[in-house]
Order: sequence, then C-alpha cells, then structure tokens
Amino acid sequence: MTRHEAEVVRRQRERARLMAWLLGGFVVLLFLITLAKIGLNR
Amino acid sequence: MTSSVLRQEAATLPADWRDLLALTKPRVMSLVVFTGLAGLLVAPMMPPLALGFTAILCIALGAGAAGALNQWYEADLDALMRRTANRPLPAGRIDRQTALHFGVGLAAFSVILMDLAANHLAALLLAASILFYVLVYTVWLKRRTAHNIVIGGAAGAFPPLIGWVAATGQLALLPLILFAIIFLWTPPHFWALSLFIRSDYAAAKVPMLPVTAGIEATRRQIFLYSLPMAAAAVAPWPFGLAGALYGIAAAGLSAGFVIMAGLVFANRATEPAQMRPEKRLFGFSVIYLFALFAALVADRWIGA
Repeated sequence: MTRHEAEVVRRQRERARLMAWLLGGFVVLLFLITLAKIGLNR
Repeated sequence: MTSSVLRQEAATLPADWRDLLALTKPRVMSLVVFTGLAGLLVAPMMPPLALGFTAILCIALGAGAAGALNQWYEADLDALMRRTANRPLPAGRIDRQTALHFGVGLAAFSVILMDLAANHLAALLLAASILFYVLVYTVWLKRRTAHNIVIGGAAGAFPPLIGWVAATGQLALLPLILFAIIFLWTPPHFWALSLFIRSDYAAAKVPMLPVTAGIEATRRQIFLYSLPMAAAAVAPWPFGLAGALYGIAAAGLSAGFVIMAGLVFANRATEPAQMRPEKRLFGFSVIYLFALFAALVADRWIGA
C-alpha cells in the first residue's frame, strides 16, 4: 500500500467512526425529542 | 514536491473532518450559539431540556452551514487575503463540491430538525438567516457595496430571535431589540477589524468601507454607529423588559464601547501597527456582546 493509499484509508476510517458516533447521537436525540413532545401534549 | 502537486494530492484525498469543522467557522459559531442561547433563556417560558438543547444545536448547525457555504462561494477571495488564505478551500485541502454538499446538507438538516423539535416559525427564521447570509450578504452585497456589513449584519442578528421563538413560538419586543443590538453592533465591530487589515481587503478588491471611503470616514462611521447601538443596548431597561442589573451593566458596557469608538475617531494613524485603538475596540466588541447578553440572562434568572 502506498503512502497516499494508506492516508485515504486512514481518513475514511476516521470519518466512518465519527459518522457512526454522530448517527448514534442523532438517534438518542430523536428519542429524547419524542419523549419531550409526548410530555408536552399530556 | 511542489506546492501545486501537494495541493493536487490533498484534493484527491477524502476531506479530513477537521477541515470540515473549520468550514463551519467555529469561532463565529460560538458567539452565534451564545446569543441564541441567551434569546432562549430570557424567554418567559422554558421548553423541555431536550427541545431547548436541540434548538441551540440547530442554530449552531445553521450557522456552520452558512459559514461553509460562504467559504465555498468566497474561496477565490479567501486565497487573496493573508487572514483567510489557509482556510481549507483556498489551501486546497478540500474540493469545492465537498464543501457545497456539506453546506447544503447541514443547512437542510438544521432547518428540518428545528421544525421537528421547536416550531415552524423558528425553522422559518433559521432558514431565512442562512439564506440571508449566503445569498444577500455573500453573493449579492459583499463584492458590490461598502454597505455589505451594514445590511449583511442582519444575518448575524437572527440567533437571539430564533432562540426566543424556539421557546415561545412567537415574536415579541425584547428579541426584536436584541436583533437591533447585534445589527447595530456589527458595522463598528467589522469596520474596526477592516481598518487594520485594509490592505488585505484592497488586495482582494472587496469594497469594505476603509477601501472605498477612506480611513477617516470609517472612523467617523464607527463612532456614529456606536451611539444608536448603545441606545438599543440600554433600551430594554426603560421599556421595562429587563431590570436594573441589566440596565446598569448595559449602560456601563455601552459607555465603554462609545468611549473606545471615540478614541478610534480621534486616532489619526494610517499604519496598522499604530492602530491600537482600533485593535482594542475590535477585541472589546466581542467581550461587549458576550457580557451584554450574559447580563440579560443574569438579570432574568437572578434579578427576577
């Protein structure tokens, strides 16, 4: 693997890991928004 | 390896997340988030924590999107100015299409999430602020008129309005005054900066006031704008929208701002190295806005 290819893989992995955390956070946030909205309509 | 080869290689790499973050102008975002949070915290009713947090997150993401789209459109200008030449696009670390997709995606996401978590009006105001910053300020005004900052300043004045509307669902006099404070604060803040980096704007042919009207006229305008700004900053107190804690803080801070603007007006230096009053005013203007909004929140939560 050339240095350029290794850098491509490193960046892709870093971004994939970050995206996974962001998506996980988004799911939790949507869950909390739903709970708050249900609470408001009670 | 030459710099152009390095740039070519960087452009073929996937964008580094740090460069994507830099596209959002995090330092500008911190002021936007703070004023938006202040707008939400001084509102008469508090939304549930999750909804309030999401509203502030959406304001931050919307500001980030506007910053990314601004950098996407202005990459050619940024390359000509020392202050901005190392941004991800002019430095060749990100390709333009990635920046455009990132900006548009973030803008759409922030507006949709705001609509979901808060209300239609807050989402509409967020969309309007992004469009105003990108289309009215960046595309239309910035390269055409010396009044770019005056009218464009409205884009940065939206966050407290959005924060308030996210909490209450409607507009009121206090958030409109907060809008007016930031709107009137923006020209002296940016003109103070543009005085000591005038050569950068001249090199990039951006018609900032010091380039088109000269240094003396800009100093006069800075002082003149500081007067209605100070009046707007103190206004919530006599209108009965804030208490004495805020009123005294606003009067003291605004007096300091007007005095510093007066020192800028009195300065006759033309070399950036001798523009200490301008640099002091620029630094103080950021502290001023933070302190003013912090005083308003303290007045609402402690003074009440």
